[in-house]
Amino acid sequence: MIHSLFLINCSGDIFLEKHWKSVVSQSVCDYFFEAQEKAADVENVPPVISTPHHYLISIYREKIFFVSVIQTEVPPLFVIEFLHRVADTFQDYFGECSETAIKDNVVIVYELLEEMLDNGFPLATESNILKELIKPPTILRSVVNSITGSSNMGETLPTGQLSNIPWRKAVVKYTNNEAYFDVIEEIDAIIDKSGSTVFAEIQGVIDSCIKLSGMPDLSLSFMNPRLLDDVSFHPCIRFKRWESERVLSFIPPDGNFRLISYRVSSQNLVAIPVYVKHIISFKENSSSGRFDVTIGPKQNMGKTVEGVIVTVHMPKAVLNMNLTSTQGSYTFDPVLKVLTWDIGKISPQKLPNLKGIVNLQSGAPKPEENPSLNIQFKIQQLAISGLKVNRLDMFGEKYKPFKGVKYITKAGKFQVRT
Amino acid sequence: MSASPAYSEEKGGSSSLGEPEYGHDPASGGIFSSDYKRHDDLKEMLDSNKDSLKLEAMKRIVAMIARGKNASDLFPAVVKNVACKNIEVKKLVYVYLVRYAEEQQDLALLSISTFQRGLKDPNQLIRASALRVLSSIRVPIIVPIMMLAIKEAASDMSPYVRKTAAHAIPKLYSLDSDQKDQLIEVIEKLLADKTTLVAGSVVMAFEEVCPERIDLIHKNYRKLCNLLIDVEEWGQVVIINMLTRYARTQFLSPNQNESLLEENPEKAFYGSDEEDSKDDKPDAASLVKRKPYVMDPDHRLLLRNTKPLLQSRNAAVVMAVAQLYFHLAPKAEVGVIAKALVRLLRSHSEVQWVVLQNVATMSIKRRGMFEPYLKSFYIRSTDPTQIKILKLEVLTNLANETNISTILREFQTYIRSMDKDFVAATIQAIGRCATNIGKVRDTCLNGLVQLLSNRDELVVAESVVVIKKLLQMQPSQHSEIIKHMAKLTDNIQVPMARASILWLIGEYCEHVPKIAPDVLRKMSKSFTGEEDIVKLQVINLAAKLYLTNSKQSKLLTQYVLNLAKYDQNYDIRDRARFIRQLIVPTEKSGALNKYAKKLFLAQKPAPILESSFKDRDHFQLGSLSHLLNAKAVGYQELPDWPDEAPDPSVRNVEEETIFLIESHIGLLGELREVPEWTKCTSREKRKEKVEKPFYSDSEGESGPTESADSDPESVSESESESSSSSSESGSDSGSRGEESGDQSEEEEEEKKKKKKGKEGPRKEQEQVKKGKKKPPQDEGKGGSESSWEEGSVSESSSSESDSGSEAEESQSEPESKRRTTPPSSKPAPKASRKGTKEISLLDLDDFTPVPPQPASSPAVVSTSLVTDLEGLTLTNASLAPTMLSPVFSTMKTYELLHRMAGEGLSVEYYFNRQPFPPDPHMVAVQIQFSNNTESEVKNLRVSEPKLVSGMRIQEFQEIESLAPGDTASVIMGIDFCDSTQAANFQLCTHSRQFYVSIQPPVGELMAPVFMSENEFKKEQSKLTGMSEITEKLTLLDKCQSDHTIVQRVTAAANVSRVPCGADNEYRFAAKTVTSGSLILITLEQKEAARAHLTVNSEKMVIGTMLVQDISQALAQ
Repeated sequence: MIHSLFLINCSGDIFLEKHWKSVVSQSVCDYFFEAQEKAADVENVPPVISTPHHYLISIYREKIFFVSVIQTEVPPLFVIEFLHRVADTFQDYFGECSETAIKDNVVIVYELLEEMLDNGFPLATESNILKELIKPPTILRSVVNSITGSSNMGETLPTGQLSNIPWRKAVVKYTNNEAYFDVIEEIDAIIDKSGSTVFAEIQGVIDSCIKLSGMPDLSLSFMNPRLLDDVSFHPCIRFKRWESERVLSFIPPDGNFRLISYRVSSQNLVAIPVYVKHIISFKENSSSGRFDVTIGPKQNMGKTVEGVIVTVHMPKAVLNMNLTSTQGSYTFDPVLKVLTWDIGKISPQKLPNLKGIVNLQSGAPKPEENPSLNIQFKIQQLAISGLKVNRLDMFGEKYKPFKGVKYITKAGKFQVRT
Repeated sequence: MSASPAYSEEKGGSSSLGEPEYGHDPASGGIFSSDYKRHDDLKEMLDSNKDSLKLEAMKRIVAMIARGKNASDLFPAVVKNVACKNIEVKKLVYVYLVRYAEEQQDLALLSISTFQRGLKDPNQLIRASALRVLSSIRVPIIVPIMMLAIKEAASDMSPYVRKTAAHAIPKLYSLDSDQKDQLIEVIEKLLADKTTLVAGSVVMAFEEVCPERIDLIHKNYRKLCNLLIDVEEWGQVVIINMLTRYARTQFLSPNQNESLLEENPEKAFYGSDEEDSKDDKPDAASLVKRKPYVMDPDHRLLLRNTKPLLQSRNAAVVMAVAQLYFHLAPKAEVGVIAKALVRLLRSHSEVQWVVLQNVATMSIKRRGMFEPYLKSFYIRSTDPTQIKILKLEVLTNLANETNISTILREFQTYIRSMDKDFVAATIQAIGRCATNIGKVRDTCLNGLVQLLSNRDELVVAESVVVIKKLLQMQPSQHSEIIKHMAKLTDNIQVPMARASILWLIGEYCEHVPKIAPDVLRKMSKSFTGEEDIVKLQVINLAAKLYLTNSKQSKLLTQYVLNLAKYDQNYDIRDRARFIRQLIVPTEKSGALNKYAKKLFLAQKPAPILESSFKDRDHFQLGSLSHLLNAKAVGYQELPDWPDEAPDPSVRNVEEETIFLIESHIGLLGELREVPEWTKCTSREKRKEKVEKPFYSDSEGESGPTESADSDPESVSESESESSSSSSESGSDSGSRGEESGDQSEEEEEEKKKKKKGKEGPRKEQEQVKKGKKKPPQDEGKGGSESSWEEGSVSESSSSESDSGSEAEESQSEPESKRRTTPPSSKPAPKASRKGTKEISLLDLDDFTPVPPQPASSPAVVSTSLVTDLEGLTLTNASLAPTMLSPVFSTMKTYELLHRMAGEGLSVEYYFNRQPFPPDPHMVAVQIQFSNNTESEVKNLRVSEPKLVSGMRIQEFQEIESLAPGDTASVIMGIDFCDSTQAANFQLCTHSRQFYVSIQPPVGELMAPVFMSENEFKKEQSKLTGMSEITEKLTLLDKCQSDHTIVQRVTAAANVSRVPCGADNEYRFAAKTVTSGSLILITLEQKEAARAHLTVNSEKMVIGTMLVQDISQALAQ
């Protein structure tokens, strides 16, 4: 399966390599660099590259390429998913998955990689098993270790490995028992020129932070579970119970994890919380154009739309923009041609507006397409699909946990075509 | 954190030294030469006796390795520390060793003894990691040691060590492929392992070592299917892929038969129902006696057990299931995967990329599947180009007459994109839509022509190329377009586009007679400066014009040919020479010249624009080979379906392996759908048997008594089994062809046989055999007390009766659903079965008096309530208050715990048919304890219920004490969720605990409900079609009277009678206890003792079982 792994930063340095079978020379990465050059854009490097003797499967995360070397047939998604899991684990251990973090913790990284794969086949990927084997670095622990000489490695087999519920440690103890759920919904939408919705759907996740002692058995029920069209589950959830009763019943992992992700079918009309009025035009034979964008709230269920940011990738011919905004601030990056307008809260009384002149390269033909606007926003205390958690019950433990549910709606891939 | 100094030091310190390292040959013994000084400090640290220094040194060394620096000269110093006490140092030494052992084989041998010691360590983690490192050291000389270690570890008590052994197998194989045969033995052994931990790893080993030995899978097939959902996600992927291949060799194609297609939609509709394959049988099979294709139940099992995994969070698992469905499922069922695949499109862009490639391939074959998700493939300007192009591909594949206008509107947006590669791809996509869908061809063409005036040259060029292809389909109508394009030659510079225009003009020069020579004139001027492809087309144009219009173009042609004659490119020179010979008549040119016109101006077939993903599906989807569209190393071809299904019986196994799964229905088990053939009445028995070995397994220590016991037993079992099954198979084979459902039935029966066989020996010692028990009296639920005497040993009675009698068999859930012919129609198997039965089985009719020898009974007693389950309440609408208390009954009692098994405590239960007040969704079960011991039994209570998902138990009050000879009776409530799955729990006393289980007959899952005749008719009319099950039966003489009929029906099921006008009709109504679904029963008497029994209920499973039960009750 996975033969070797190379971590490569954006400037093309191979800063970490790990081999699970015989050593593969770094030179294999030349094929990757070649492909990278051809692709021009990091996003367009093909994830699978075939070379004469190997196959390279790579992912791009946090400005790092994770390039794995494969010698024989293997499902590509298997490798990709695993590499992402590796990146997630780094994130989990070091707080960020950056080149510096990896370099600073190179020994732990190595130990982790050693545990995660055996002979190229995944061995332990549950973060909670790994954490028992290799303790995450903390300043306190490194101080203690250097004094006492104790180590970061677990000496016994993590309890999760052998149990039916590998995601949970056997002995968990908290003084404050709490269970929090964040229902986060993202609206993916494409709005066309005239303001009508071409495509919209809601993608939701429920992220949980569960700190409960012992072996709690939770069941979470919704007021309107039928809303959820397509759901994917954390392995802890009992599928049959969901099938029959639409109740999420599970013994949770300890700590933070994603309980479910779901999609609300596009058949249900998706409420679009903002509208955009825009005039973007470039004059023929003159090196300027007009830019006028107004954004306003719509169908927001009485909540405030906040954290609004509009990003526009302007055509290449745009040199500069002279704009004035009634609210928030804007920046224009003349290299990447990206306009960012950070608005903040939208108040319905005075709609934020950004307008002014676009300066074009003189002599260049008028750009024929108008850029599309990418919009980000956030609405607190609202799940736009109307999903509501009904109740959370706990069985198997006697104490009373503290429970909380938070709803947030965000813009996902929210795009307005102009 | 602590590593950070090490790393930076390394960066600063040794990188300057690092350069010469590469030139140094580590194997030459240079360690002791001048390089010695280089890592002096590290060596010193490693030699010190302080662990912290060693650790520091090792960290620095590992940091070097991570950077790809050579640290091999430290080998001797490092290897010394392999036995270090500090576990972190040790781990890092292992890392080092695995990295360099291959280069320094001799020195590596020094460490071997440490690992051999580690293999014997009591700590399983140490055993496992010793094996891991030992097998990772690629030193051929230790192959025998590795082999030995693997063999030993394969029978280790700890499943974790066994898993490691499975991982070691491919390592050893890659080191020395001569070991294959021995390794296959180990694989075979590990394949039989029952823990989920091992399953994925061993299948991985199987795939790497001996993927061709498909025969090893047979015996483990069902086990793997059933374990699948609990295997870790990576193992799931490997297993699913392997099973896809397996299924392709073992089952028949579900799509071979066109007639099946009509039936399939309905199947898919009920696909989520675990009973789906059975549901449609009663009616379908009665209509079509001989169905040409019936899905092998094992095939169905695979499809059913993988389906929930579509909900996995792991994209690889979802993809694996999707490809399995794509390759194995009947057409109508494949659709379920679309939703899950579309979900993956929200994931990381790499995942999207792979998924889209697969969707592209699938969408060609099964367009309908993705049509509802069309909009999910719409493109955003922020998508990376490679994703955009794949989405475009999918959109194009999905285009059809109905959605083409929407798609074209989208395409129009895309054409204005800034991403020019994407625009070009869009134009090609438009071209493909136009060729595929005649209706929009003109629209597309017009659109493309408009694009010709686009400012971007790339766009124009691409349009030209596409237009050229489109025009080829109907050139005559489009001379305007051709003229327009001719003008473009002045401006457009892209060679491909110029070439296309020239070709078009040449090909259709008759439509543009005026322009063509002019174009040639212009082109001949610029000839020398053109690209090669353009030059070739200029020559072509010249030749064609010469043939059609030689007056105007003769000179030009000569000129062009002369230029070409001296071109640098030999292709062009060659072409010029060839064409000159062909078109210019000379003495030598001879015959061909006459045909020149035919050669050049022949009708050329229009090009077919098709997807590059066409026919990619001969590669297994989701595989690397599919992605690359080329066979990758180690790719296993997906075999074609066989024409004849191989013998399905090869997958039959001793039931132990299969039922094991059930036993661990603790937590995850609920995810799993229990295979239909495992759900028969005697499940409790199996469960109990299996539970022990399984748990002892996972704890790493085998329960001494239990597993020791079960072993010899299983030997004898299999013996008796084989004898019985062989005798059976003779008669069975006759009936196999006749009846579709038969085959699965046989399996079931065989299974039961085995079980029976298993129990046989034990019972034999325990009990005196009774004459053959006859079905009619015993099975009858007619309310006669005697019939349930037999039940006093519930386990044995049920297993016994399964095999013992047809009638009983049909009572058990799976049987009844499967059965397609009335029981009586199968005399042959029955007879043979009876024969064998007599040998191994007891007939329990009057078993009561003989005291069995207490076998060391694993099962046992108790009675207490777990209170925390009380909180679970359903929000469902409660049952209507019209529920009546039971009409009547002579209660049948069932054995819960026999007094021998219970060491003097015997427990019986019956369904008292009273509503259970604390929770209306529960069935009340009256439990009667009698203490036959000499001493007091204290603290009787229930504990550790192991319930199938959704099931709940309301425990009874703990019984403080039960005096010798005393009896006590309590009521507990069980919510069976309207299924006949058993409720398993432990009965605990102060000293012992007994595993017991209660399984309700289907008739007890309902409560009577009162309704009027009109209401009944109204409800009945709502429950027709699939919800209606009808059976014909013959009423016996003694059953003719009203009273008997009503009595029998009400005894078989907890129903109430509904008044009825006609006197040859009887109606009964009830509601299921949990969900409150109506169950309506109609019994219509016809002439000559015949009758029609109809059950209407949306719970089809219950309906079918009820029909069986009632007709049985009436047949007695």
